[in-house]
Amino acid sequence: MTAPVLAPTLAEPPDGVLRRLSDNLYLHPSLLLGLLLVPPLLWLGIVYVGSLLALLIQSFYSVDEFSGMVRREFTLATYGELLRPANLDIIVRSVLMAAAVTAAATVIAFPIAYYAARYATGAMKAFYYVAVMMPLWSSYLVKIYAWKLILAKEGIITWLATRTGLGPVLDFVLAIPVIGGPSLSISFLGMFVVFVYVWLPYMILPVQAALERVPRSMIDASADLGAAPAPTFRHIVLPLAMPGIAAGSIFTFSLTLGDYIIPQIIGNSSFFIGQAVYAQQGTAGNIPLAAAFTVVPIIIMGAYLWAAKRLGAFDAL
Amino acid sequence: MPVAVRFTDVHRHFGTVRAVDGVTLDIAEGEFFAMLGPSGSGKTTCLRLIGGFEQPDRGGIEIFGRHAEGLPPYRRNVNTVFQDYALFPHMTVGENVAYGLMIRKQPRPMREARASEALALVKLSGFESRYPRQLSGGQRQRVALARALVNEPRVLLLDEPLGALDLKLREEMQEELKSLQRKLGITFVFVTHDQGEALAMADRLAIFHAGRVVQIGAPAEVYERPRTRFVADFVGSANVLPPEFAAQTGAAAGWTSLRPEKIRATVPEQDFRNDETSLIGTIANVHYQGALTRITVAGEGLTLRAAVPSDGRTFAIGERIRLSWPASAMQPMDDDP
Amino acid sequence: MRSDPVEPAPLGLKIVAAAGLAFLHVPLALIVLYAFTTEEKSYVFPPPGLTARWFAIAATRPDIWAALTLSLKVAAVATVLALLLGTCAAAALARARFFGREAISLLFVLPIALPGIITGIALRSAFNIMELDFSFWTIVLGHATFCIVVVYNNAVARLRRISPNLIEASMDLGADGLATLRHILMPALGGALLAGGMLAFALSFDEVIVTTFTAGQQSTLPIWMLTELIRPRQRPVTNVVAVLVIAITLLPILAAYYLTREDS
Repeated sequence: MTAPVLAPTLAEPPDGVLRRLSDNLYLHPSLLLGLLLVPPLLWLGIVYVGSLLALLIQSFYSVDEFSGMVRREFTLATYGELLRPANLDIIVRSVLMAAAVTAAATVIAFPIAYYAARYATGAMKAFYYVAVMMPLWSSYLVKIYAWKLILAKEGIITWLATRTGLGPVLDFVLAIPVIGGPSLSISFLGMFVVFVYVWLPYMILPVQAALERVPRSMIDASADLGAAPAPTFRHIVLPLAMPGIAAGSIFTFSLTLGDYIIPQIIGNSSFFIGQAVYAQQGTAGNIPLAAAFTVVPIIIMGAYLWAAKRLGAFDAL
Repeated sequence: MPVAVRFTDVHRHFGTVRAVDGVTLDIAEGEFFAMLGPSGSGKTTCLRLIGGFEQPDRGGIEIFGRHAEGLPPYRRNVNTVFQDYALFPHMTVGENVAYGLMIRKQPRPMREARASEALALVKLSGFESRYPRQLSGGQRQRVALARALVNEPRVLLLDEPLGALDLKLREEMQEELKSLQRKLGITFVFVTHDQGEALAMADRLAIFHAGRVVQIGAPAEVYERPRTRFVADFVGSANVLPPEFAAQTGAAAGWTSLRPEKIRATVPEQDFRNDETSLIGTIANVHYQGALTRITVAGEGLTLRAAVPSDGRTFAIGERIRLSWPASAMQPMDDDP
Repeated sequence: MRSDPVEPAPLGLKIVAAAGLAFLHVPLALIVLYAFTTEEKSYVFPPPGLTARWFAIAATRPDIWAALTLSLKVAAVATVLALLLGTCAAAALARARFFGREAISLLFVLPIALPGIITGIALRSAFNIMELDFSFWTIVLGHATFCIVVVYNNAVARLRRISPNLIEASMDLGADGLATLRHILMPALGGALLAGGMLAFALSFDEVIVTTFTAGQQSTLPIWMLTELIRPRQRPVTNVVAVLVIAITLLPILAAYYLTREDS
């Protein structure tokens, strides 16, 4: 730098349409905002939300029993149909399965998450993370298919059972009413196992994140105040991990409630909510009933989310 | 002296918050101008108004005689050193410094040569191929400075640039900035909440309070003759004396300011001179600061701060003491708070 | 708690954790094994023999090629749409404050928060009402809806980490909006967009629930697999396709993961 400069020696970049457009957008930021938002909003707002609303409206219509046509008058009769024993069965079955899957997923996920959060370091931690992420992102159908093979009568489980002499145990389990069946691959038990498998990573990750947020100093403080490892776990670690468990349970519960493919492939003929929806809107042509069925998981999840929010689940997400 | 930046009754509101509430000032070309005030006083907003990152709601801003309202930052010959330096993380130091030149499509050899010159100016020669994340805070600040200066701006804006540095580094940088400005002759506009810094570096400074400028002047003048109670307290923590004290000396009654170092501290029994005002009180607090000792004394309904040479004296809390000062040391102030 | 290498983990915990991990991976390994079995009719374990001929046979099946091509095309188009719209939305919502921002943010979570069956049936009834025939584009519409969300989330997370001063600094130095976009924003966003795009591609390629509602007569690869699962033709060929799907979805996911990790 030599003498002080009184006039700019560097020319401004050439003016042009784009530069003036940039000026305008800079001086009117709301214009820019609007331009950016309108296309995606058009899509999501109109296509997605619009169709959701259309569905909701449909649930208040009903199907005329004789003509099979949809009567477009407001009525609660369709929701009333949900209370028929057969339909109620479907709902109860789905909720029970979702609850069982959530409980089992929590129990299995916790040690994995605990180890990864508390004891794994550096390379091991990265390895665990990738090892949990990979099945999460592997193809959903392939995973179901894999289990169909494993659970089949000729599959690896039967082979293991006969090899280890646990054949009678397997037969016994299959003979249990309701959850058993002709083969593991056509039973509630099998469905349960597959559900747990497929949603397990969704439970591991939030729990791990929540556990990692527990400061080491809290564990030390608990020990300093006289608590052995077991009470420390019960009084300090577990409550602090609850938000993570709640967050994970949102996934497992909601995904199980709405799923119709796993019950179809690994299930017997009893329907779950998802299958009921699919059947009603397909061959039965009863869109109002299908819509009503759809609303059920929405309401259940709404209530669940509200309860989870009270427990602080959203802090863990 | 031509006017570099002129504010004419500038207003900028954010909803109900009046960040800048009618500011009028002139900044002369080639001066080191400081804008001083507490957080939220409007000084940073004014800086951003000069830079073009905000537009005034009312009032006019001229930069070297040209109206700047409606001009985006990239059309002004003004450059900014940001508080957090804002170095582009994905570019090397050299590329950062040459960014402005690159945008103006200067050929590469010229860009690199001028970037090296700029880095030499801030004593960072040889750092061209490093990345910002490899630098210390002080080094990043110099890069930010070089990046701004390489574009030969007519006005350089600095937004609390020394805030993140430790004391020693800060003092070093203050000297360097001052000598740099003298060497280059560019107008520097400097925002800070540290009054010591402003007094040390500025040719003139403006004190901001609640969106307005309450006093402008050279450091000595602002320090010796604060215009309002706010300035008296903010710059140098002067004592603020209620109107009765001025009336005592025969001058018109009004608020006056009194610098702590103009006060003498003696034993209560000692006589005081005719041209002095005095009061007797009890020592509430003592701060030994090496050459000076600052004492806080409560008496006659007032709390006064005095700064006396330590000289081996010891003061005890609860001790009774007489403070006296010449009448001329009491500077009259306006009635504004 | 941050991991503390001072204390070794109790052996029981280590075993249980490792067993859990194995549980997650064994089924996938088995699928790969089954792709080589010589047995055609059933899922016998252990496989009586190993052969690679099913790969060759799979390559000759026209229905597999048709399904694969359709899946790839749909995924590509949905990803491009998602990149455009998702980035726009992220740019708008990352920092600006305006009326209705919270509601719009929620809107961008809904497609993955609600079960796929709801999205599927909603879209299908919408198509009915609009009297839109099923086609390539109805599939794309369904996929793009959740792909936008994936890209949006990646982009927003990255944009929020960019200091706003960087944009101001760039303008201060003479770059207008377009130049700032090109030199500062794109390099910063690039990694996140690439990751988001890859995730979107993998999700679209694998998607089956929404697709069954929006595809009409056409078969994407997952729909092909679903049909095979219900009414199997040549089981080992299905296994081969499963291995193919694992490869096609896994690689972009891993790449996306490494891309987003390097950023932080």
